[in-house]
Amino acid sequence: MTGRFKLKRDYYAGGLILLLGVGAAVTGSGYKFGSLAKMGPGFLPVVLGVVLAFLGILIAGTALGSSEPDDKKFLPENPQWFGWFCILCGPVLFIIFGTFGGMIPAIFSCVFVCALGDKTATYKSSAILAAGITVFGVVLFHYLLGIPFPLLRGFNL
Amino acid sequence: MISTAITDLWYGFGVALEPHNLMYCFLGVLVGNLVGVLPGMGPVATISILLPLTFGMQPVPAILMLSGVYYGAQYGGAICSILLNLPCHPPHAVTCLDGFPLTKQGKGGTALGITIIAAFIGASFGITEMIFLAPFLVSVALKFGPAEVCTLMLVGLLAGSTLAKGSPLKGIAMTVFGLLIGIVGSDIETGQPRFTFGITELFDGVEIIALALGMFGIAEFMNSINQTEAVDMRYAKVGISDMFPSKADLKLAFWPMIRGTFIGSLCALIPGTGPTIASFVSYATEKKISKTPERFGRGAIEGVACPEASTHSSVQGDFIPTMSLGIPGDTVMALLLGALIIHGIVPGPQLISQHADIFWGLIASFWIGNILLVILNVPMIGLWVKLLSIPYRYLYPSAMFFVCIGVYAANNDMFQVGETMVIGVVGYVLLRLDFHPAPILLGFVLGPRFEENFRRSLLISRGDLLTFVERPISAFFLAICVLLIGAQIYVWLRKPKILVEEKAIEAQVPASSYSELAG
Repeated sequence: MTGRFKLKRDYYAGGLILLLGVGAAVTGSGYKFGSLAKMGPGFLPVVLGVVLAFLGILIAGTALGSSEPDDKKFLPENPQWFGWFCILCGPVLFIIFGTFGGMIPAIFSCVFVCALGDKTATYKSSAILAAGITVFGVVLFHYLLGIPFPLLRGFNL
Repeated sequence: MISTAITDLWYGFGVALEPHNLMYCFLGVLVGNLVGVLPGMGPVATISILLPLTFGMQPVPAILMLSGVYYGAQYGGAICSILLNLPCHPPHAVTCLDGFPLTKQGKGGTALGITIIAAFIGASFGITEMIFLAPFLVSVALKFGPAEVCTLMLVGLLAGSTLAKGSPLKGIAMTVFGLLIGIVGSDIETGQPRFTFGITELFDGVEIIALALGMFGIAEFMNSINQTEAVDMRYAKVGISDMFPSKADLKLAFWPMIRGTFIGSLCALIPGTGPTIASFVSYATEKKISKTPERFGRGAIEGVACPEASTHSSVQGDFIPTMSLGIPGDTVMALLLGALIIHGIVPGPQLISQHADIFWGLIASFWIGNILLVILNVPMIGLWVKLLSIPYRYLYPSAMFFVCIGVYAANNDMFQVGETMVIGVVGYVLLRLDFHPAPILLGFVLGPRFEENFRRSLLISRGDLLTFVERPISAFFLAICVLLIGAQIYVWLRKPKILVEEKAIEAQVPASSYSELAG
């Protein structure tokens, strides 16, 4: 190894896998281990956890030995925090409005917020898209497929 | 043997041509063709969204429809590559190399026509392969005990993780991670809840739909949002009359199609090497044996015919190990296997005899579906081309809605929607660290069965690990595992020439803002 020690993405990758493996093995050791002939519920979790931790070390280790430069960062070049936030808000709003409001507000809010995540989107274009998808979704899922999900809670539509 | 195959196939056509089944087969290939054309949508996400909607259906139409989505998407995927130079569907990425130059020369229609012919030839051979090979594999597999099933799964898991793209070590790590996710829930033998962290909803395990849609839906949208460039539609003008290739083109494309078909059907038999690898290998082979290799990359019709034929023959052949042994070769097959399990059908060698209607109906529906696709694609090409121009900013919010409601509809449970979101974030982090999520799904689907058979075989042998080596078939599978790992170490140390060549071809494929998940 010549040159400065640089943090490569593969160290994070290996570290993450190591962490997952150790976590699984520690959690798994809380269950009954048993023996080879009569395995308990904890046997495979512990074994797999140890294997995973070992793989994590290998991943980080091969990155250490490799001379190939890795210039990619963990975050993409232009992180889309707002876009990611909007995408993740979609399911959250779907859960909240679905539980307390019903299918129509759930679909509308989910599509509307997700659509806002795009750079070129406006409130108007997102609202039009959301309205269109809501109509389509209600017809398909409520009237054609009949999934048990009230259109608007409290109203008998 | 041939006569029984023909009687069985006859019976299969009887099943597949029932109006009800025929309708769902048609619906499947239509939806598949549609998502195949749309850049940024793939068969994995589509099948996961459709899966909960099939719960109320009979298993036969459900499986026919879901499979139809898979091979239907392959017909659509080529359109994107040839007309727009967008490799948004991995198996068709290599088709860009010669397909787009042809389009620029005004021969895009011919390329599409050749693609459809190649697709049909490839698929036909793949199906024929399945008719004869699957029952043969079953006759072998019926002799398997738990030890053999266990080591066979190990081969499937190892091949699936090491032969796919990307670092093999990371692939194996993802497989193990998938196995661990498969453990979540109550233990089958003692009922002890494992990795549930006190959450009651997790006692039944992680929902396969939530896993697939999180990894291949939400993570994918997070990856592509605001990263997609405007689609260049300048060359994408094709009429029906352009699609009939000239005699000279047909003659040029004939042998490449046949060779592509063979390579594809071989790749289908090796677990872990799906259509994507088949298309790259066949393109490289065709370029190598061509008398005029310099024409490749500048619009050689062979460069379209060969990879397309091998993709389609490999797609149909993919069903062989899944249906006959219960070992899926890639993500889509893992999902289909999950669909079978949800419909109460135990996958494995007994499937063909116990559920002959599914197996032979499926094969017959492949023929019908492929013919339908050829008919669909020629007159409707104008519509498909129009669909290409739908911008991503309309696509992904609509897809997010389908993800949410699809996951909800699986159990009528809002918890699953949140679970999908969390899995999506984890999937995106893994993606940024160059982990490929496909092996996770493989490990997840095979995990519970692997554990069951592993425990059972050691129970039978009274804890003697040597049982896996002493039984000849099991020892043979273990030897393959060792070979797979050995080959990876060799490649890592020596970096052989073939791989360098394949890498070079891969590097020529235009970069896509859509990640590889779509395939």
